[in-house]
Amino acid sequence: MRLTHIWYLGIKELRSLARDRGMIVLILYAFTLAVYASATAMPETLNRAQIAIVDEDRSPLSARIVNAFYPPYFETPELITHAEMDARLDAGLDTFALDIPPEFQRDLLAGRGPTIQLNVDATRMSQAFTGSGYINTIVGDEVLAFAQRYRETYEPPVGLNLRARFNPELKQSWFGAIMETIDNVTLLAIVLTGAALIREREHGTIEHLLVMPVTPFEIMASKVWAMGDVVLVACAVALAFVVQGLLAVPIQGSMSLFLACTALQLFATTSLGILLATFARSMPQFGLLLILVLLPLQMLSGGMTPRESMPEAIQTLMLAAPNTHFVMAAQAILFRGASLDVVWPQFLALAVIGAIMFAISLVRFRATVGTMA
Amino acid sequence: MSAPDPQAETDTVGKGVAVQLRDVRLRYGKVQALAGIDLDIPAGRMVGLLGPDGIGKSSLLSLIAGARAIQTGRVEVLGGSMAKAGHRRKVCPRIAYMPQGLGKNLYPTLSVYENIDFFGALFGHDREERGRRIALLTESTGLAPFVGRPAGKLSGGMKQKLGLCCALVHDPDFLILDEPTTGVDPLSRKQFWHMIDDIRRDRPGMSVLVATAYMQEAERFDWLVAMDAGAVLAAGTPTELIARTSAPSLEEAFIALLPEEKRRTHSPVDIPPRPSDGHEIAIAADGLTKRFGDFTAVDHVSFEIQRGEIFGFLGSNGCGKTTTMKMLTGLLHPSEGQAWLFGNEVDPRNINTRRRVGYMSQSFSLYTELTVRQNLVLHARLFEVPEEEIPARVQEMAGRFELSDVIDVYPTALPLGLKQRLSLAVAMIHKPEMLILDEPTSGVDPIARDAFWQMLIDLSRRDGVTIFISTHFMNEAARCDRISLMHAGKVLITDAPDTLIRECGAETLEDAFIEYLEQAVAGEVEEELLEGDAEKALAAAMRAPEPKPATYWRRYLDPRRMLSYSRREGLELRRDPIRLTLALIGSAILLLVMGYGLSLDVEDLTFAVLDRDQTTTSRDYTFSLSGSRYFIEKPPLASHHELDERMRSGELSLAIEIPPDFARDIARGRNVWVAAWIDGAMPPRAETARGYVDGMHALWLWEKARQLGHEDVLAGLPNVEIRYRYNPDVKSVVAMVPAIIPLLLMLIPSMLTALSVVREKELGSIVNFYVTPTTRLEFLIGKQLPYIVLAMLSFAVLTIIAVAFFGVPLKGSLLTLVGAGILYAGAATALGLLISTFMRSQIAAIFGTAVLTILPAISFSGMIDPVSSLEGAGRVIGEIYPTSHFLTISRGVFSKALSFSDLHTSFLPLALAGPAALLLTAALLRKQER
Repeated sequence: MRLTHIWYLGIKELRSLARDRGMIVLILYAFTLAVYASATAMPETLNRAQIAIVDEDRSPLSARIVNAFYPPYFETPELITHAEMDARLDAGLDTFALDIPPEFQRDLLAGRGPTIQLNVDATRMSQAFTGSGYINTIVGDEVLAFAQRYRETYEPPVGLNLRARFNPELKQSWFGAIMETIDNVTLLAIVLTGAALIREREHGTIEHLLVMPVTPFEIMASKVWAMGDVVLVACAVALAFVVQGLLAVPIQGSMSLFLACTALQLFATTSLGILLATFARSMPQFGLLLILVLLPLQMLSGGMTPRESMPEAIQTLMLAAPNTHFVMAAQAILFRGASLDVVWPQFLALAVIGAIMFAISLVRFRATVGTMA
Repeated sequence: MSAPDPQAETDTVGKGVAVQLRDVRLRYGKVQALAGIDLDIPAGRMVGLLGPDGIGKSSLLSLIAGARAIQTGRVEVLGGSMAKAGHRRKVCPRIAYMPQGLGKNLYPTLSVYENIDFFGALFGHDREERGRRIALLTESTGLAPFVGRPAGKLSGGMKQKLGLCCALVHDPDFLILDEPTTGVDPLSRKQFWHMIDDIRRDRPGMSVLVATAYMQEAERFDWLVAMDAGAVLAAGTPTELIARTSAPSLEEAFIALLPEEKRRTHSPVDIPPRPSDGHEIAIAADGLTKRFGDFTAVDHVSFEIQRGEIFGFLGSNGCGKTTTMKMLTGLLHPSEGQAWLFGNEVDPRNINTRRRVGYMSQSFSLYTELTVRQNLVLHARLFEVPEEEIPARVQEMAGRFELSDVIDVYPTALPLGLKQRLSLAVAMIHKPEMLILDEPTSGVDPIARDAFWQMLIDLSRRDGVTIFISTHFMNEAARCDRISLMHAGKVLITDAPDTLIRECGAETLEDAFIEYLEQAVAGEVEEELLEGDAEKALAAAMRAPEPKPATYWRRYLDPRRMLSYSRREGLELRRDPIRLTLALIGSAILLLVMGYGLSLDVEDLTFAVLDRDQTTTSRDYTFSLSGSRYFIEKPPLASHHELDERMRSGELSLAIEIPPDFARDIARGRNVWVAAWIDGAMPPRAETARGYVDGMHALWLWEKARQLGHEDVLAGLPNVEIRYRYNPDVKSVVAMVPAIIPLLLMLIPSMLTALSVVREKELGSIVNFYVTPTTRLEFLIGKQLPYIVLAMLSFAVLTIIAVAFFGVPLKGSLLTLVGAGILYAGAATALGLLISTFMRSQIAAIFGTAVLTILPAISFSGMIDPVSSLEGAGRVIGEIYPTSHFLTISRGVFSKALSFSDLHTSFLPLALAGPAALLLTAALLRKQER
């Protein structure tokens, strides 16, 4: 192994990449527009939810309740009849249907504890749960305010002071921007190294390298460092200018600690890119393979939905994936301002997974390199 | 530029011209491929288009065949303009076109029989007629024993014979062959021309137009057109051309016809004799064998090459030349046998031997993204030429191989001849003692080829470099000191070219090679040419009644042609494990992944309590949380600092602080506050967690109030009764899985159909659509059908997974779901076809389809947010995108127990989407290449 070879081959990779307009566009897009778009496009959990109200009471109280629903959380309610309700829910026109029974106001004032029925289309998960919570609160508040004018009520003495830490307003854009950046680190690391190897193979330059005094280790290491560097720099720039600058997302922890963590992640994922490229015989096959590998990596790593709500088996399995640890460490560092004494287990895991990945790729690369030429 | 040869008129009994070209020009971007061609090609003759690669022969032929759209000028073929679609449709059944490249328009996974059958069906023959014709054609070409073999596994010669069978299956009047014999061994070449002669004898009226780079072949044609740089140099019979230039051979006549400035650089190759002293062995091979599976690529090859010798390997494509060379360079490990370089056994790990060898592969493997200088410097560094010597060395190589003028140019901008010199310079940068060159001159024009050989000879004679070269050009082989004739992995014989010719008593090296080949294959059925039978068979075939009246072609949607495409696509798909895996297993994996990955369930939230009260009441408060299935209690907190630390590490999603005197204050009716912090790093989870905590708190208060005797007051307040319909447990999988199925059924089938068209574009078999009577709709629907079937299979798999694995109940009408599934699969595959009209490469098709289908399917179709809550463009897309409607049906049937009568409003837009996309595609799809 000669470091000069790795260095010169890496420089060659960078030069090749600089001439590949498609890839440059992809890198720029992934770390600017894509990050911006996914930060701003993510809807807040409850946005213009469709609600219909069956008002069988037609009292001042029921009118008060109807008027309590307005954008942006809810669409202005449709007033429908009881008969229409089921059909509209079936057709998916409404997510919520609130049924105010006859004599509601009278029963309330008489202390008879009337029941309002809320029908929720629970196939619309994103709105169903949060939305019914909101509706419950809104109805409760309106009724209480109304009732207080006419009768004695009981105010419980214990308040709950509930605050969200690290993202006090629970802004989706903070989460979206950083997760997109993290996802793109993985995507580009795999695509760039994999494509670099397949391009060499399709152009027949790989066999040229192999007849020179260059070892497979040197070829692989050069691609890993060159492509890893490109993604690392792009990621740093994206965090500094797009995430912190344009989107004004505050970053709690140390940027250099996060970049160190990214470097470890890149070590693992660039190796993975090489591994995939040794299985694919052509660019299209690589593309198909990429989809099958990348989607599970990204969706099950905890970056999209919380890990703890996945089945136990998947949680355990995904511990073998670098993304899982990267997402944990990235969230800890960037959102919660964790330092190395908190995230060292993730660093260790990434280093170990990276080393294993690199070793497997190298073995596979050595074994298949003959058939690539 | 030249008028038709007067003799042609008499020969073809007034048949006149087959092709008339007037000022035909063609550009690819900046490159001028054809620079104003005026030409009349006589009918009923065998006409050769002569010239090296890359001078526009193929472009001209594709224009004549109607495969490429005319840019400027007039192209008239068989009495009508090829610019008119009507004329093209009328004459295309009379034209047969075989594009360049071994088996380029064939389907490699289809068998010989299936390939011919496909073409036969496109031209409207029924099954019985096709069977008869295939039998005759395969019999006459000697392919009969191999009808079941996949085309991809045929030798080059056999591929070309199969190509010819496919071209002849519909009795064409005009046969266009683009370099049919390039890369084919001389015996197969001879047999090929023999077949053409036989066919012409039986169909004397047939015109044949052949492009070739082999000058020797051109001598047998009736009439020749010599071309260079997109223009016609001369046209006439071979004897006329030779007479006009007073050159001894056609090759030299061609060189004489070239413009002055090109010719000036040419000088005949001069080969000084090799010094006879010192016969040290540089390369030795003993019984080298390489097997790939059950196929033996190289079969016990042995030879010895002396230092300073030029040693040639002569043979067709695929005869094992390249494999042998790769074993010598250590790129491949031999299955058997040994090889030595400079007396050391070849060992891929021996870096030192590599420094003494220079290798140049078939494909000019240069880094096209690096300039000439950067290429040279990189190679010098990798070969560890001392850094201080590099500039001088680069200069020396650039001077020697005449690259100084282009030193800062990127190789893509260089003509082939210069690229080839650069490859050689790169291979020589470290001054190796040995050069291994794999077909270095293919595709290079004769002048550049001669100049290249002069360099090789200088290297050998002056510097004593050993050169091991492979070629399929006879005249190049004749310049070697010694050659080995190779065929089917075996070395037939090794000796000096002159000796070989003399020993067989042949006139040329080609004849000698054929002689040796015939000896070698004697008895092998494979190459046996049943000449007598062939003639009889072909004659019979040609006498067969014309199958269909002409009006037949006018129809726009012929089920036979359409199903022929379907059958072929289906066969190809069945033999392509990668695509099949993606379609079936891939979508199953993705359903599993997304079913969990897109889960909105929030469970098992970790929490810990900082209890500063430590009373039964405070513990009761904690129990209300830890008793819930949503929360998991962690060891209690002792301090605020600990709370910070443990939340920061992500261990806790929720922390609760109960203040001191909590129980006492409640009892006294004083206001107390419980503090709770949620980890807000993941907003959706935090939002849900907040809901849970609020709910638990309220429940606890209610309970507490009841205990404190406020029952009566509370009882009067209203109660909101929430009914979670269709999904009573509010489980993500029940909500998400019926939504993911439509997404996957959009993504994967559309990607597969897009790939299926773009693949044909990339591999070149799309030309069959251009030049056969297939209409756009036949092509599109024909391709679509197998993918609809596949999508339905995949739909079945996904539904089974949803019900059996995720436990999503299927409550409604299965028939409704299947009906909607078929319509949706039709729409998804049609969308893929539509996308394919914009894409050129397969990789672009994959990512393009992914981007174009995933975004509308996920964001605008009601998967997460209902379409009705969208605004602007997203709303419009959502209203017309088929996924929205299928999603409504899928959720309706799965969760809401609905049937067709409830969902018919969603069926109409779904049923319209497919045909609309298909018609749009048909309007956009080009029937010619541009």
